[in-house]
Amino acid sequence: MRQIRMTVNGARHEAEVEPRQLLVYFLREGLGLTGTTVGCDTSSCGTCTVLVDGESVKSCTVLAVQADGWDVTTIEGLAQNGVLHPVQEAFHLNHGLQCGYCTPGMVMAAVSLLAENPSPSEAEIRHALEGNLCRCTGYQNIVRAVQAAAAS
Amino acid sequence: MIPARFDYEVAESVDHAIELLGSREDAKLLAGGHSLLPLMKLRFARPATLVDIGRLADLSYVRDAGDRLAIGALTRHHDLHSNELVRTHCELLSFTAGLVGDPQVRHRGTIGGSVAHGDPASDLPTVLLALDAELQVAGPGGERTVPAAEFFRGFFETALEPTEVLTEIRVPKLAGAGWSYVKFHRRAQDWATVGVAAVQNGGTRVALTNMSSTPLRAAAVEEALAAGNDAAAAAEQAAEGTNPPSDTNGSADYRRHLARVLVRRALEEAAGGR
Amino acid sequence: MAVTEEKTETYIGAPVARKEDAKLVTGQARWVDNLTLPGMLWASIVRSPHAHARIGSIDTGAAKAIEGVVAVLTGGELAGDWAGPLPMVWPVTEDTKNPPHWPLATDKARFAGDGVAVVVAESRAVAKDAAELVEVDYEPLPSVTDVARALDDGAPLVHEELESNHCYTWPLEGPEEGATERAFADAAVTVKERYRQQRLIPSAIEPRGVLVQPSPAEGEFTMWSSTQIPHIARVTLSGTTGIPEAKLRVIAPDVGGGFGSKLNVYAEEALCLALARRLGRPVKWIEERSENHVATTHGRDQIQEIELAATAEGKITAVRVHITTGMGAYLQIITPGTPLLGAWVYAGAYDVDAYQIEFVGAFTNTTPTDAYRGAGRPEATYAIERAVDALARKLDMDPVELRRRNFIREFPKTIASGLTVDSGDFDASLDRALELLDYEEARREQAERRERGDATQLGIGFSTYLEMCGLAPSRILGAIRYAAGGWDAATIRCLPTGTVQLLIGTSPHGQGHATTFSQIVGDRLGIPFDDIEVLHGDTAVVPLGMDTYGSRSLAVGGVAVWNAAEKVIGKARRVVAHGLEVAEEDLEYEGGRFTVRGTDRSMTVKEAALAAWTAHDLPDGMEPGLEGSYVYDPPNFSWPAGCHIAVVEVDTETGAVDLRRYVAVDDLGTVINPTIVDGQIHGGITQGVAQALFEEAVYDDAGNLVTGSMVNYLVPSAAELPAFELDRTESPSPTNPLGVKGVGETGTIAAPAAVMNAVADALSPFGITDIEMPASPERVRRAIEEAGR
Repeated sequence: MRQIRMTVNGARHEAEVEPRQLLVYFLREGLGLTGTTVGCDTSSCGTCTVLVDGESVKSCTVLAVQADGWDVTTIEGLAQNGVLHPVQEAFHLNHGLQCGYCTPGMVMAAVSLLAENPSPSEAEIRHALEGNLCRCTGYQNIVRAVQAAAAS
Repeated sequence: MIPARFDYEVAESVDHAIELLGSREDAKLLAGGHSLLPLMKLRFARPATLVDIGRLADLSYVRDAGDRLAIGALTRHHDLHSNELVRTHCELLSFTAGLVGDPQVRHRGTIGGSVAHGDPASDLPTVLLALDAELQVAGPGGERTVPAAEFFRGFFETALEPTEVLTEIRVPKLAGAGWSYVKFHRRAQDWATVGVAAVQNGGTRVALTNMSSTPLRAAAVEEALAAGNDAAAAAEQAAEGTNPPSDTNGSADYRRHLARVLVRRALEEAAGGR
Repeated sequence: MAVTEEKTETYIGAPVARKEDAKLVTGQARWVDNLTLPGMLWASIVRSPHAHARIGSIDTGAAKAIEGVVAVLTGGELAGDWAGPLPMVWPVTEDTKNPPHWPLATDKARFAGDGVAVVVAESRAVAKDAAELVEVDYEPLPSVTDVARALDDGAPLVHEELESNHCYTWPLEGPEEGATERAFADAAVTVKERYRQQRLIPSAIEPRGVLVQPSPAEGEFTMWSSTQIPHIARVTLSGTTGIPEAKLRVIAPDVGGGFGSKLNVYAEEALCLALARRLGRPVKWIEERSENHVATTHGRDQIQEIELAATAEGKITAVRVHITTGMGAYLQIITPGTPLLGAWVYAGAYDVDAYQIEFVGAFTNTTPTDAYRGAGRPEATYAIERAVDALARKLDMDPVELRRRNFIREFPKTIASGLTVDSGDFDASLDRALELLDYEEARREQAERRERGDATQLGIGFSTYLEMCGLAPSRILGAIRYAAGGWDAATIRCLPTGTVQLLIGTSPHGQGHATTFSQIVGDRLGIPFDDIEVLHGDTAVVPLGMDTYGSRSLAVGGVAVWNAAEKVIGKARRVVAHGLEVAEEDLEYEGGRFTVRGTDRSMTVKEAALAAWTAHDLPDGMEPGLEGSYVYDPPNFSWPAGCHIAVVEVDTETGAVDLRRYVAVDDLGTVINPTIVDGQIHGGITQGVAQALFEEAVYDDAGNLVTGSMVNYLVPSAAELPAFELDRTESPSPTNPLGVKGVGETGTIAAPAAVMNAVADALSPFGITDIEMPASPERVRRAIEEAGR
């Protein structure tokens, strides 16, 4: 077991973890932040995407011990004082989700994109989401939601 | 989805990493983890110890080194892609770094990790071959420089000894050279079915992704060009000396065909200038 | 709860934003894997690495020795825990072979991934570690994974006791015997085509998961499962485990997509129940993605032969079809019946005189097949739409013109297969789609490219599909030997504060039922959208229901909601008439308000609800409370139709196919929520495009699933797809008061044919007429090379 410290959604945490514990399981089972989901075991689907220092990362492909000292934001940390983040709001208003399982990762990937490129083209949005799989929406309204969030 | 148990050590320096590698059985270096951890999650890889060099911030840099760029091994794909020096002096590398995996992978994966992994389907090793890059390696006996042409030895096998650490990659500045990297894949997040890097800088160098157990220089193409053949004629030689895999993305035969088409396209693009 | 005072909008037909979203966009959803109970144990399944192997001794010693392991049990050790095998509820013929399917294999492993033992441990990681250490002595046997070879002489037998891999033969002929034979004898032109429907992996983005909490003293069990069918699971798992139905509560919490793959009752559900019963502790199992690829049902897997008979003018007179369809190693809940869901629509939207079809089911050493979005109808649509193009080529006729010559134009229409299509206007959707596309311009660009000999060629492909869905009239289900009915149930309960509860027997997993049904209830009862609470997916809360699949939830469940609202209105009318001291006939009703004709005296449903709750002054003999229940059994299937057009670019040098445009004009009857409907179409098209161009479950010669993960099973991302261009025409269904039809599967049904007709069209200058799905770059390129020889 190893001692780690991590800031998650602004709150500081200390914990003992097995070195093999993946960040996503630390968040879900260690901290109870179950908003971040697991959709595959090959780093393909992106449902587990969180932000590390504002950049999108697949939390299934990081060990919790690697994240010692990091500043992590999960889907639970996006809305502030009960007000949805513009990307969350845009997903809702544009029907950018159906079952919602990929949504946390998709939203985090979109937030990361807009931080790097505040006014992306449709093609840029589609490529920025290439690491996130959705089985419900056909992506059309996800792309529209990201466009709407960029315009807001 | 859960790796087998392992011991975990944090390297405080390159020397410390070398020492840890030397003192542990079956120890593996962990950089960004984006090559190794996917294998460990499926338990295809189960090292006894991971030596985490991810905290060695001094291995993440891009420096102007005269006629070359010196790139720290822990430079992330994302940084390589967005770095101004790389974009100005070696756009082939910055362009290709933007094609690796997906944005999340590029936020964590490093050039050193990708190169040291020795995966023949990776894009950056091919580009380094085409660029005649130099790889700086540190080991118990000191440092050595390995030309990219001698680095990739076999399927997931490199010139790195078990106790060595790749520390720096040096690539030539391309100035006005023509270049191209053509990546053929089914989905944007996929590895290349076949990839082709071409650099036209006086002579022309061509290298291939996923056409053998290592990234490969397309020697026959280069010779044909040197002998005065045009791109189309030279590209016909693209499958010479290759030994491509067969998998669900394509048979070996199809890959040979693709190599010929893509080499021609890469040569045309490189010749067209950017 | 704050109750909104007045309802001011009309909801039906409006693009209302979903009430489901708030929890989903903030990470507050309740997926099975988010649930943790005190004392909870983790199960991990030991699966056969062999496609076919006799199971010898199983050594569990090393696994049991790990700290934290609570139990390791083999199929043999658990044999006494079962009251019956896993359920199969659709024996399509009297003699359908249904070898017993136990939750863990005992004698033989019959596909790679077949469960042979289970480990239960204190943590997820330890369960996994221990499962690796279970040593099974396998004697590998020859295997057959290709359905085309399953019935060959000498093919390895999946179930020796059956003496062949044959499962059933199911024939249908209409309108009378011999008609098809005669039509082919008389035909001026015939075509015969052979297609392969590759095996698909449904890939709901949430893998499956099960959590069972036992209450040993009461003999009760609560099971949370990522399922589409909590009600059906309850009935059938009672049969497998022997837990009385009344002691078993099944809850589908938030479910992350299903697409048919969660329309099943799985070994892991039975196992978690049995283990929780044995151990007296909660047991949880969460599927990993690579496990999902072998342990969750697959779709399609058919070899199709279709023949058309036609006149010289292109009037199709008869359709004759033969299907060989892969069952996999066992029959899951509706494995044999799934292909038959297409059996009546292999003539598509076309008015043919005679129709003959035969399905032959065969066992193979593969993951069982079962429902996958569209279930039988994508296959049917593919066969007829591709064959119509083949006929157009033979007649040298534009495929659009040929379709027009054959459309059904009178409704209701009893088609040659025997069912009755309720309504439609196939010309209207075709016309609109052609207009959106600018057909002439597309053909002009295609001609130019052909003339120039461009490396990248253009193809245009049509799919003027007709679908049957909205499962289903119970009498018809009975006639085709399905074990249950096709009704669904709704209860509307008006609470005293003015809010309304809707209990609905459908069980959503992304479709937005809470929103759509709230729109219906809101409009009918004049209740604000936010004041309607929709409850579903819990057999203790909603005891009656038939769950969600086959595009039935609106077409059956939604109509039940409408009818339940009518009952509430009926009772409210009596309450109001009594309260206002007028005759019921003197009351006019609109949007939640009863008004005494010719006066301004009125009372709302909300007010009637309070009056019925206080019960101070009700008509003599009236039960207090205002609620209405309705169990709706549809009189007919639902018949969506439309025209989808794909435009593809084919790089003839590499073989790469790029979907450049996709136009879809659908006729879904009345639309309740156009935004949700568009979303269903988008997703459906994407899965259809994925079948055409990307996805395929591939087995190697040894019977291993090669496409064992999301790395090589190619679920497309946003980067591989264009924006789709959608529009609608509207022929309301005359068989239900809402006029609605199903929508969940249309895109998946229409798209593969449109895309593959486009690919064939692009390659027609090479003389190529068909590429096997998925049209991978290599397949396309190989066809071009072979054509050049």
